[in-house]
Amino acid sequence: MTTTERSPYKVIGTRPIRPDGVEKVTGKAQYGADVRLPGMIHGRLLRSPHAHAYIRRIDTSAAEKMPGVLAVLTHHDFPAARDEMQELGEGAVNLKELSDNILASDKVLYRGHAVAAVAALSPHQAEEALKKIVVEYEVLPPVLDVMDAMRPDAPLLSETRFTREMTGQKSEKPSNIASHLQFKSGDVEAAFAEADAIVERDYTTKMVHQGYIEPHNATASWNADGTITIWTSTQGPFVVRAQVAEVLRHPISTIRVIPMEIGGGFGGKIPIYLDPVAALLSKKSGRPVKVLMSRTDVFEASGPTSGTHIALKVGVKDGVITAVKADLAYEAGAYAGSPVGAGALMMLSPYNIENFQIDGYDVVVNKPKTSAYRAPGAPAAAFAIESALDELAHKIGADPLELRKKNTAREGTRRVDGTAFPRIGHEECVDAALNSAHYRSPIEGPNRGRGVASGYWINAGMQSSVVAAVNTDGTVNLIEGSTDIGGTRASLAMQLAETLGLPFDVIRPTVADTDSVGYNDVTGGSRTTFASGMAVHEAGLDIQRQMRERAAKGWGVAADAVSYADGRVTLKTDSETKELSFAEIAKKAASTGGPIVGRGSLTARGAGAAYATHIVDVEVDPDTGKVTILRYTAVQDVGTAIHPSYVEGQIQGGVVQGIGWALNEEYYYDDDGRMANSSYLDYRMPTALDVPMIDAVLVEVPNPGHPYGVRGVGEVPIVPPLAAIANAIADATGHRFTSLPMSPRRVVEELHGLS
Amino acid sequence: MEAFDYLAPHSLLEAYAALGNGRRSLMLAGGTDVIVQLREDRRHCDQLIDLKHIPEMMSMKLTPEGRLEIGAAKPLAEIYEDGEIARRFPALIDSATIIGGTAIQSRASFGGNLCNASPAADSAPALMALAARLVIGSSRGTREMPVEEFFLGPGRNALQPDELLLQVIVPAQPAHSGAFYHRFIPRNEMDIAVASAGARITLDAAGERIESVRVALGAVAATPLMVAGANTAVVGKPPTAETFALAGQAAAELATPITDMRGSIAQRKHLASVLTVRALEGALLRLRENH
Repeated sequence: MTTTERSPYKVIGTRPIRPDGVEKVTGKAQYGADVRLPGMIHGRLLRSPHAHAYIRRIDTSAAEKMPGVLAVLTHHDFPAARDEMQELGEGAVNLKELSDNILASDKVLYRGHAVAAVAALSPHQAEEALKKIVVEYEVLPPVLDVMDAMRPDAPLLSETRFTREMTGQKSEKPSNIASHLQFKSGDVEAAFAEADAIVERDYTTKMVHQGYIEPHNATASWNADGTITIWTSTQGPFVVRAQVAEVLRHPISTIRVIPMEIGGGFGGKIPIYLDPVAALLSKKSGRPVKVLMSRTDVFEASGPTSGTHIALKVGVKDGVITAVKADLAYEAGAYAGSPVGAGALMMLSPYNIENFQIDGYDVVVNKPKTSAYRAPGAPAAAFAIESALDELAHKIGADPLELRKKNTAREGTRRVDGTAFPRIGHEECVDAALNSAHYRSPIEGPNRGRGVASGYWINAGMQSSVVAAVNTDGTVNLIEGSTDIGGTRASLAMQLAETLGLPFDVIRPTVADTDSVGYNDVTGGSRTTFASGMAVHEAGLDIQRQMRERAAKGWGVAADAVSYADGRVTLKTDSETKELSFAEIAKKAASTGGPIVGRGSLTARGAGAAYATHIVDVEVDPDTGKVTILRYTAVQDVGTAIHPSYVEGQIQGGVVQGIGWALNEEYYYDDDGRMANSSYLDYRMPTALDVPMIDAVLVEVPNPGHPYGVRGVGEVPIVPPLAAIANAIADATGHRFTSLPMSPRRVVEELHGLS
Repeated sequence: MEAFDYLAPHSLLEAYAALGNGRRSLMLAGGTDVIVQLREDRRHCDQLIDLKHIPEMMSMKLTPEGRLEIGAAKPLAEIYEDGEIARRFPALIDSATIIGGTAIQSRASFGGNLCNASPAADSAPALMALAARLVIGSSRGTREMPVEEFFLGPGRNALQPDELLLQVIVPAQPAHSGAFYHRFIPRNEMDIAVASAGARITLDAAGERIESVRVALGAVAATPLMVAGANTAVVGKPPTAETFALAGQAAAELATPITDMRGSIAQRKHLASVLTVRALEGALLRLRENH
């Protein structure tokens, strides 16, 4: 449902069938694993069985002699990487660490860390050859938990890592704490001293994976002229190109990345893992090489998100949240770079809080290097604060939504980093939740409970570039460089159709490769419909301008004497009205100056923040500890819903991932650092049978920073569910769970005092 | 995955001959376990012997006395789609319909599920509760054993290297009895038992006293477990919640589970009791519905 009653738009807000829909539902769409090239062979990687070890020696000689083997690779084949940072759009990466993560040099830092690669005529031959590679390890004790890793006597992942402060200062001794950050304002201790009620708790979450269905893949051809072509499914072909160029020290202009359809990313398909390996195997073998990960590889060696520990203290006085003290420790995985900064920045953003001190610690552990995962850093932080607010509401006898409304952030409220918010929609979300049929309905029956929670995500802008070429039949080819994960071919084509006053189906979007369109940052940060949408709008205005000029020239008047509206150029004088349609001008392009091509290229500013407030009803089986989600309503300020169905889909998808995170998903490690549940059988993501229909309520508070009011919508829906469900379970059982997942095991053990 | 030969004998004699040729053999029925295990290097063989072309392995017969004889490679879907079998042996259908999804069930078999010898195999507690027996054959002849004696440990069964599991035999069920099988899984589908329980209850002709129960558990020990103590605890008593709780207690006491990614010791012992009670309730409900 949507709260907008009358839309000023013709195309925006409708629900056309997506341009890529038919190919996808008929199985014709080409994903990364579908790439087949003449002469292509198959690459596989050898991965460390140890979570922490020095590599003393690698002997590949026996593998090289195995049947079908055409190339074998170790880190020695990589050029020395620069020890410096590269921005990826949703996080940055150290190039030396990126290179070491792709193929380990002197040390393996997690089980599954790649140490060598083989290319052979068949995948089975490659796998058999891997078994012949001899690696001598000197095994070290692993450290797997963020709190363990912070202890002074913890095994160090790197002797040369020191804790970096925001001031640039470094610690005296090496540490697993890569960095410490702090946001601070007011007088926290004085505010706690005056508080009516205080909640102080430790909250923990486990490492979880994005769970995209399609494993990572890369096919590369090192061509005879020294150029490299890469086919891969990625959230950002230009970012793949940049990373491959750095890791291989190969000129960026000689690398062409062709983005295949992508079977889910959620932030996990921004870093590269296989592309340079495929490229070097191709160089060595003289053949195109395809490398695929198995599901276990994906779990053990791609980029999940952090396990976290958050110590939180919150105080209220007269119903006002007056003080927050929070210590956030996030696992970065094998190399620095957890989303603790985002967690610290986002945590309090739904509220106006005078006194706070938030400390964040980025901590390396012997697990895979974390990557972005949908609103990276925010869900764990929201789990803590939104759980604590629920307890506080009970303590002071306030309705949990009224407490949130009373303390809501508004236009002008300062975020913890001091930035003042422009027009935002948190209060509207809380109001819509308060007024929803769901919240007004009673929650009845034994073992049932209701929970609510809010969430915030900052959303990104960054660079986008599109070209729109007008065809002589009045259709438009929209060439974009943002890979389409969540329906962005549709959302961008709709914005161009709106700008040009044309029907949706005359716009024909194509996702181009890195040789064929200007630079585009990743599809991530909920930025594509917003930022590429702005580029599309700009390209549409460019076409409008060219059409006005051509029509004006034909009519012998100045361009500013004619106007463009509803797909027509019009000249109005006192005596007459002349009109030319878009199709008529398009048809005559050859005789009026040649092809009409619009362009839009920009760094988008003014990304509008996203807020959400969720309501969930659960039932807990007191004998088994199993939690059933009975009803779920997700209210979200979506700015303007370009394609409401896909906005609802984003919200529902985010909620489902949040439900999985809350109830069952976790990296389950044995003591040796082996993930024991690296399959979809035992890594329990929800199935369609585990979730009810999720009711998405679209609140539209247009973003003033976008021509159509777009706010990114994809990430914030995963922020509130963790706490909303914990709050509902507390309501149902009287037991407050502060550790995720709230799996049947943990719930039944808690309810029956079993462990 | 290593290369292996594929053999497709058309008779038991041919199959026995292949088994005796000195090479490492694995049996292929539905292949829903063995192919995955071969691909993941968890099992190895020189030859894979496909049993689906042997008529005895694919047969299914309900005798006039009500005894069910199922060829070991018979796909589950063909069993549960038989209305008469589903009516007579609902507990069997409880398990057949939750081993994998629909696509898996069109290939997977009870024989394969048993031979794979997972402690969590859904077929085992159901067949144990129904007092099923297994027919095992080799070039030396055939022998029979109760299902509960077939399991030696995780992935290990009682077959000798030259033997094949030929048939699963479910005897005609006693009068005044009902049976039920279920498992606990954290999700609602696509999951493996954290713990499971099958139960059959037989009442006296008046329906007032318990004549016997057969309770079997899955995933709470190295093999599926027959809970003999459950029968001792309830025999002669009325079929009430208090009585069933005694059976549940016997189940929890017998269980020797492990802690792993699927569940903890404490949780599984607790579930052994909860699932036993609920299985008995389900069995009693079926018994009552039939009379």
